Amino acid sequence: MRPHLTIKDHFRETKLFNFRAITSVLVSALLMVVIIARLIYLQVVDHELYATLSEDNRFHIRAIPPTRGLIYDRNGILLAQNFPTYALEITPERVKNIDETLQALAELITIDESDLSRFKRELKRNRPFKAIPIRTRLSDEEVARIAVNRHRFPGVDIAAELIRHYPHGGLGVHAIGYVGRINEKEKQLIDESDYDGTDYIGKTGIEKFYEDILHGHVGVAQEETNATGRRLRVIEQVPSEPGTNLRLTLDAKLQQVAEEALGDHRGSVVAIDPNNGNILTLTSTPVYDPNLFVTGIDRKTYQELRNSEDLPLFNRALRGRYPPGSTIKPFVALAGLELGVVKSEVSTHCPGWYRLPGDRHRYRDWKKQGHGAVDLDTAIVQSCDVYFYDLANTLGIDRLARFLFPFGFNYKTGTDIFGELAGLMPTAQWKRKNRGEPWYAGETLIAGIGQGYTLVTPLQLAHSTAIIATYGKRMKPRIVGALENANTGETKAIFPIEESSVTVQNKENWDKVLIAMERVVHFWRGTAYRAIGQDAPYKIGGKTGTAQVFSVKQDEEYDEEKVDERLRDHALFIAFAPVDAPKIAVAVIVENGGHGGSTAAPIARKVMDYYLLELEKMDFSESVAKKTS
Amino acid sequence: MSLFDSSLSDFSQVSRTQPNAWHVDLPLLLGLLILAVTSMFVLYSSSGQNVDLLWRQAIRFSLAFVLMVALAQIHPDILKRWVLWVYVAGVILLIGVILFGDVGKGAQRWLNLGLFRFQPSEMMKLAVPMMVAWYLSEHSLPPDGKRIFIAFLIIITPVLLIAKQPDLGTALLIAGAGFFVLFFAGIGWRLIVTIVGIGAACAPIAWYLMHDYQRQRVITLLNPESDPLGAGYHIIQSKIAIGSGGLFGKGWLNGSQSQLNFLPERSTDFIFAAFAEEFGLLGVLVLLIVYLFILVRGILIAAQAQDTFTRLVAGGLIMTFFTYVFVNIGMVIGLLPVVGVPLPLISYGGTSIVTIMASFGILMAIHTNRKLLPR
Repeated sequence: MRPHLTIKDHFRETKLFNFRAITSVLVSALLMVVIIARLIYLQVVDHELYATLSEDNRFHIRAIPPTRGLIYDRNGILLAQNFPTYALEITPERVKNIDETLQALAELITIDESDLSRFKRELKRNRPFKAIPIRTRLSDEEVARIAVNRHRFPGVDIAAELIRHYPHGGLGVHAIGYVGRINEKEKQLIDESDYDGTDYIGKTGIEKFYEDILHGHVGVAQEETNATGRRLRVIEQVPSEPGTNLRLTLDAKLQQVAEEALGDHRGSVVAIDPNNGNILTLTSTPVYDPNLFVTGIDRKTYQELRNSEDLPLFNRALRGRYPPGSTIKPFVALAGLELGVVKSEVSTHCPGWYRLPGDRHRYRDWKKQGHGAVDLDTAIVQSCDVYFYDLANTLGIDRLARFLFPFGFNYKTGTDIFGELAGLMPTAQWKRKNRGEPWYAGETLIAGIGQGYTLVTPLQLAHSTAIIATYGKRMKPRIVGALENANTGETKAIFPIEESSVTVQNKENWDKVLIAMERVVHFWRGTAYRAIGQDAPYKIGGKTGTAQVFSVKQDEEYDEEKVDERLRDHALFIAFAPVDAPKIAVAVIVENGGHGGSTAAPIARKVMDYYLLELEKMDFSESVAKKTS
Repeated sequence: MSLFDSSLSDFSQVSRTQPNAWHVDLPLLLGLLILAVTSMFVLYSSSGQNVDLLWRQAIRFSLAFVLMVALAQIHPDILKRWVLWVYVAGVILLIGVILFGDVGKGAQRWLNLGLFRFQPSEMMKLAVPMMVAWYLSEHSLPPDGKRIFIAFLIIITPVLLIAKQPDLGTALLIAGAGFFVLFFAGIGWRLIVTIVGIGAACAPIAWYLMHDYQRQRVITLLNPESDPLGAGYHIIQSKIAIGSGGLFGKGWLNGSQSQLNFLPERSTDFIFAAFAEEFGLLGVLVLLIVYLFILVRGILIAAQAQDTFTRLVAGGLIMTFFTYVFVNIGMVIGLLPVVGVPLPLISYGGTSIVTIMASFGILMAIHTNRKLLPR
């Protein structure tokens, strides 16, 4: 390149350049001022705002969910525990495209329809920073597969969580209940902050009744996190308080015996220690596996349970309302004696039927040919219906009902298991109120033999049995015997609650009824003699019962063979033993079991045998083993 | 060569600094060293005390300083002789990038020359203003319409090629560098206003030509909260970092936004936010003063330059440098859209350091040769 040799006006050029140079410095300085103004705005004027935002970035409050209290039986056998599992959670605000993420995840692990629909439901009602589980109970392989692909899924995390587990499956499920995911309704009842980080809540049974103390109290950790939400350090922490462990009065082994004794029958066994109201067993069959409900049951299994004719989900022990049948007779007899309507030594003639004056209707005895001359003892031992028709008729429904109320009839026992229903002991007033009709005398008759409107639950029947067995001592049935502090292991016994006793004017009346109940089992003509009485190694007081499921028409025969199994009578049996100093009171109901004596009594016997013979033997041998070791 | 070039410069009266043996301008060197040391401190904090990264940056600075000193030894006349060929080679390489370039971060910017990867657009940051300066300095200033038009073609050719990569940020900065030379050459104010006007009128067309991510950046600038965890995340977190720094800053190594990874690109494009968080408004003012000092020194060098070519080159390069500073800070504080422009000599990254130090080498060469002839 050769330089041009043109004449230039250097002076003008330089002047021009200098002017431009000064201009550019001034413009640059002006831009600097703009920058500084903006910085003053950010760093001085709005400093507070950004400082707060910065702290918000750094610090997160994380809830530390408490560990749910454990449930033990009376001997320390674990009935409900917490099992560590892995769940896959998605934090919506950290995921760009949730649908795509779900699709990609579905290629790695199985995510079925119910998982998806539950997730979408939760997605709508939770705030975007809250992690929502998409799958629970991941297998080890699934955890590994997610872990390897984690970089692909920001906002998707594997969370370890403790899941309720019932190691014995269905054993005692109707007493223990189960936990499940918190639903919308429950959310309104609980203090949501206390359930932060907890997905489960007691749904029924003990799990629900004792929810408050089983749950414990949530803890919080204030943590410093980085942009990806990784925990860097804990600034401050208030540890969670674990829920209280429950020690039940229930005996798991006895529970098993009761469930096995019921076998394939639909029915219920409730056994109570009359001295303190301790529920020893509370059985309703068929049982179901509560573990199915914990993380959400799938629709199909639920429908199967729901639609099963055997109604496994139905808690017969607490909610089954059955006519007590003849098991009510000892109570009615005591009413007759106490209110002076009958005398124990005076006999009535039983022709096999009873007729009210001015009525042609024949109220039949279960024994067609009749019992002949029947006194109170025979009426109970042989379960004569006619004797009680007459007694009830003389007594009247209101007097009868008022006498039976203190024995627990018509009321909830108030036990500490969620879901109990009350039975029904009708009065004339009740009928007017609820049916809009007057009381008919005939209805008093059948009330006298535990039919008609009268209804009891197995729990209430066992409770009533315990009251009659102990001359009116009323111990409120309860299933939690002690509370254990999960941190210290300190155990605090819960004292039994004694309610005002049932008092009688003449204790001999009571003796007579109890002697008759003993003879039901041990006298050769007793209705339970053949089934359980002849070889009983201890004294049992009892009463059989048979409750009609459908009414037999006037001139029809009740033929057990012909009647559909489902329409057969319910078999009932109440018992207490040993008679001298009762340790156990039992009520057994076998749906469509036929006769109380042959079907229900052996079940009660097995429960009592195990409790009075096997358990004591075992306790003895165990204590011996302890001493020798 | 004119006898009167420097003797008629007003500014030459101001500075009496004698060229030293190394041809290094000491005030400029001082300013650059302050920036380099600052960079090391800020990077140490923002990288999470990553010493490896610090070493790499230190090596880059050293190499860049060596290059600067080397360039300072070269007489501007030699640059003048070579500039056309460098420019032509640059354009050819840019075409090569489009045909054979490597893709990095969604754009083709790199040319793989076997041994190393090379960004021809970086070279053009120097070549374009020098080429325009050379072309305009051949004739008396201010340039006439035809010359301005040809200068415009010189600028627009590489700019379009770079915009196509796509690297709109660099393209605009190079266009700016060329424009600064035209500005110093004395094009009329009316024309300047017209160019700015046409630029503004072209905005809708530019919007239409933009890639989605570029549009997103503009939207984000206008309303960062529209997408707080996506495109707006950078700018929101950056503002939080700066704002929470306050007047005095959180202190070195104490910036939670940058230390805890909330601030994205905190060692590269957004390092200013990390700096502002830890050193506060006062620290930022000091930093800006250093930049302003370098700018004024550069302008002085331009004013004292020996001939038209060097004067225009010096003016163009120093203004380009300042533009970098302004665009980067403007972006980080939310005044300008997010464009990938590093903060000169503070951000981590080799290419920009080398280019910038090279331009200062050229400035030093211009300054040391300002009085080839006695006044």
